[in-house]
Amino acid sequence: MPETHDPAFKGRREQPLPIRIVHWCNALFLLLMAGSGLQILVAYPSFGPRGAQYWWYPFQGSPPPAWTRIGGWLAGGRHWHFAIAWFFVLNGIFYLAYFFLSGEWRRRMFRPWRDTNGALAQFLYYLRIRKTPPIADFYNGLQRLAYSSVIIFGLVMVLSGLAIYKPVQLHFLTLLFGGYDGARVVHLAGLCLFALFLITHLVLVSAHPREIVNMITGGRRE
Amino acid sequence: MSKLITRRKFIVGAAAASLLAGCDTHPIKGFLGAMSDWNEKFEGFLFSPTRLAPELPASDTTPESAFPSYFISDTIPTVPPNWTLSVGGMVERELVLTLDQLKQMTRTDLRVRHHCVEGWSAVASWHGVRVSDIAKLAGLKPGVKYVEFNSFDEDYFSSWDLGSAMHPQTVLAYGMNGHPLGSNHGAPLRVYSAVKIGYKMCKYLTEVNFLPNKTGGYWEDQGYDWFAGV
Repeated sequence: MPETHDPAFKGRREQPLPIRIVHWCNALFLLLMAGSGLQILVAYPSFGPRGAQYWWYPFQGSPPPAWTRIGGWLAGGRHWHFAIAWFFVLNGIFYLAYFFLSGEWRRRMFRPWRDTNGALAQFLYYLRIRKTPPIADFYNGLQRLAYSSVIIFGLVMVLSGLAIYKPVQLHFLTLLFGGYDGARVVHLAGLCLFALFLITHLVLVSAHPREIVNMITGGRRE
Repeated sequence: MSKLITRRKFIVGAAAASLLAGCDTHPIKGFLGAMSDWNEKFEGFLFSPTRLAPELPASDTTPESAFPSYFISDTIPTVPPNWTLSVGGMVERELVLTLDQLKQMTRTDLRVRHHCVEGWSAVASWHGVRVSDIAKLAGLKPGVKYVEFNSFDEDYFSSWDLGSAMHPQTVLAYGMNGHPLGSNHGAPLRVYSAVKIGYKMCKYLTEVNFLPNKTGGYWEDQGYDWFAGV
């Protein structure tokens, strides 16, 4: 596999220090953002404008359970959400800068022409349709797809969040998400995708505990 | 007796602490307070005094029965006899205006989306007098930076940055959806603005004061963000 022996990665750990720092900070920030966001949702746990709530949302009026919330009350949730948002964004910018400047993107980013077949084969293997996993180098195609998608989810969360935060001053952004109430839907959908990613991520790394160790120690050098 | 502090007790304690903190002029302290101050500057930075919220078609209007009404008194505040609006603070001419005098001033109509801090939105049309027209009539002295709105809904009030108050879509509304403002929406006069969250729009108005210093507000003093722009 060409990427593994790429001389650019010689001597570099599987999970270099900047990635490990960003990863664990992100884990903390995401939990705080999700908890404070759900606290904010409690104040109006419905979707669609007053008098025209969306018929297709199955949980109209049902607040998220208390154990998922952070901040204690609406203003508390807002203060946490708008405070941690800065750290979440800065962490993301730092990650993307490192991702591209260090060349890490070459062994991590999903590239359709390289990774589609591998991702499909890995998926069939998880479904027990395929007997053996496909040959993979640094990451398999499905990992690349998942870890690249979640960056896009993050971007959508930041943009839809800004669209809700400033629907007049950033009106062009709010329009992009179908207006204020559309942006709220996208923001919740993004949270659901994050939750789905997190569950899958936790199940799979539990099955491959060495990956957890690598994200703490950095793992072996190439 | 168990020495364990349950999560519930902890939350109740935290809520009590935040209520106590509500007595202070700046209730949010520490890390969150510092971030809140930073975000207030960021909100001011994002605010444009000339950017307009889009005017919406009549078909977007929320059925009036579905447009929530808010007041802090136990029952809907009713218009006191001989109601007038006082305009004061750092002005050339202090004014006392009757509703009829307000209605004789230039009327401004707007139909924009309303954003509540709770997360809901709704649409109504509002008509009244621009705060900037009131300011022109009173004549602002140099050094005015804030505007405070007071009400007869107990001690409800709110102070604004001058820029948002002078925005062309900020009015003192005496009408809603083409009819006189109802008591459930702040009659006889309320603030309506396209550029603020609902709790900044003081209803049941009694006073407008142009001030050099920032005062808080009913919700703001309890910990809700002061700028609260949209």
